Amino acid sequence: MSDDINDIKYAIEAKGLSKSFGGLFALKGIDLSINEGECVALFGPNGAGKTTLIKVLTTLSRPANGKVLIAGEDIKKNAVAVRRRIGVVSHQTFLYDNLTAYENLKFYGKMYDVPDLEQRIVDVITKVGLESRLRDRVGIFSRGMQQRLSIARAILHDPPIMLLDEPETGLDEQARSTLSELLKTLVAGNRTVLLTTHNLEWGFALADRLAILVKGKIVYEDSKQSLDMTTFRETYNRCVGARS
Amino acid sequence: MINYLGKVMTIFFKDLLSEFRTKAVASSVLLFAILVIIIFNFAFESDSDTIGLVAPGVLWVTFTFAGVLSMNRTFVVEKEKGCLEGLMLCPVSRDVLYWGKMISSLVLMLIIEAVVFPIFLILFDLPLWMPRLAIVALLGTLGFASVGTLFSALAANTKARDMALPIIFFPVVVPVIIAAVKATDLILNSGTWHEMSSWLEILIAFDVIFLVVSALVFEFVIEE
Ligand SMILES: Nc1ncnc2c1ncn2[C@@H]1O[C@H](COP(=O)(O)OP(=O)(O)OP(=O)(O)O)[C@@H](O)[C@H]1O
Ligand SMILES: [Mg+2]
Repeated sequence: MSDDINDIKYAIEAKGLSKSFGGLFALKGIDLSINEGECVALFGPNGAGKTTLIKVLTTLSRPANGKVLIAGEDIKKNAVAVRRRIGVVSHQTFLYDNLTAYENLKFYGKMYDVPDLEQRIVDVITKVGLESRLRDRVGIFSRGMQQRLSIARAILHDPPIMLLDEPETGLDEQARSTLSELLKTLVAGNRTVLLTTHNLEWGFALADRLAILVKGKIVYEDSKQSLDMTTFRETYNRCVGARS
Repeated sequence: MINYLGKVMTIFFKDLLSEFRTKAVASSVLLFAILVIIIFNFAFESDSDTIGLVAPGVLWVTFTFAGVLSMNRTFVVEKEKGCLEGLMLCPVSRDVLYWGKMISSLVLMLIIEAVVFPIFLILFDLPLWMPRLAIVALLGTLGFASVGTLFSALAANTKARDMALPIIFFPVVVPVIIAAVKATDLILNSGTWHEMSSWLEILIAFDVIFLVVSALVFEFVIEE
């Protein structure tokens, strides 16, 4: 166990991570290291354990075994420090239907101690293109608009590490490319991104590195340089097909 | 410390704003509580002899059921769009979430009680000014909210949400109900402070113990 804080190499580092639900292992010994300023796309079929992995990395779920460091902080010992450094988009939006977009962002901004909050709210809402709907109740937003707002919510406190679970679901073509641009800007600014997706092309185009999770194990991991989309699709099909 | 309280209050104000907007919980629970009081009032045909006997029980049965109803909502609301996870992702320790939700439940209950109280006192022909009763109500409600918030979080994670809370809640709050009914009984039948004090002590002890224990175990209840 190396607790040397001066020696942070990875933004996300998981070792021997496992998680079980009543004896059924959803994660079986995950080893994953992601550099600062890197964008990693994680693929895998339904039930592979992608969401479970994100939940463990974001301190929502307790791992059965293994060690995880996020920005050099241990998720068990220093969960609050970890939470401060991560932005999360998940299957659910984390938004309150009865409150307006502005009130939702204001609430979360206060919880994160975001400095200069009013200006920041305007900034993020503009980034996702919802500035005209700022004063509307979230309950009347369409699915895609809610997803956009949940992305705005995730970047509100300008976290160095983003963990995104299928962030493109429900987004139209235009919003999806806006999201790509947003994530690219973040990565260019030395932010780290780990995202899961079922959209092979979209994830492939965005990521520096690709990983495939099948039945709770990372069965493939490689940087993109050596790959083209066709080869990767073949690899994916082989990995996923091999499970049954 | 200031920051800690600030976060607790941020959660509380968020709940208050949300409830103010819809009045979903307040209106239904209030209606329920008033109906219960009125039905009891008819059922007992209370004359001046029996009032002192039944009134304390009626009052606390009403508060208990109203408490369960409103507390059941506390975490169901948070679960709807995964907001509980959103809260759990905030850079605060889990007990901040407990205190925030506990205060929300407490204040909501107290507002409901503030409306139900005068109706109860008028229907049962009791004097309107009873500050000692307010103290008992506050302590009893605090007991309900401390336990209810913990169990509501627990129940929200189970499938049988609506059933689970009453089943685990009632047995645990029995001491609160007994102490509150006894204290109320003494107040309505002109007991002294001295006679009341032991029941008040039980209420206070229960509140303190449950607030501390609940805040401590809360993280194990909401994490998978
Ligand atoms: N709360 C839970 N209780 C029991 N089992 C669970 C729970 N959450 C996940 N699982 C199980 O863990 C496994 C992995 O689920 P997970 O949601 O991580 O998959 P996923 O890769 O995100 O799938 P999808 O692509 O459909 O989102 C599944 O077999 C699932 O049934
Ligand atoms: Mg998933």
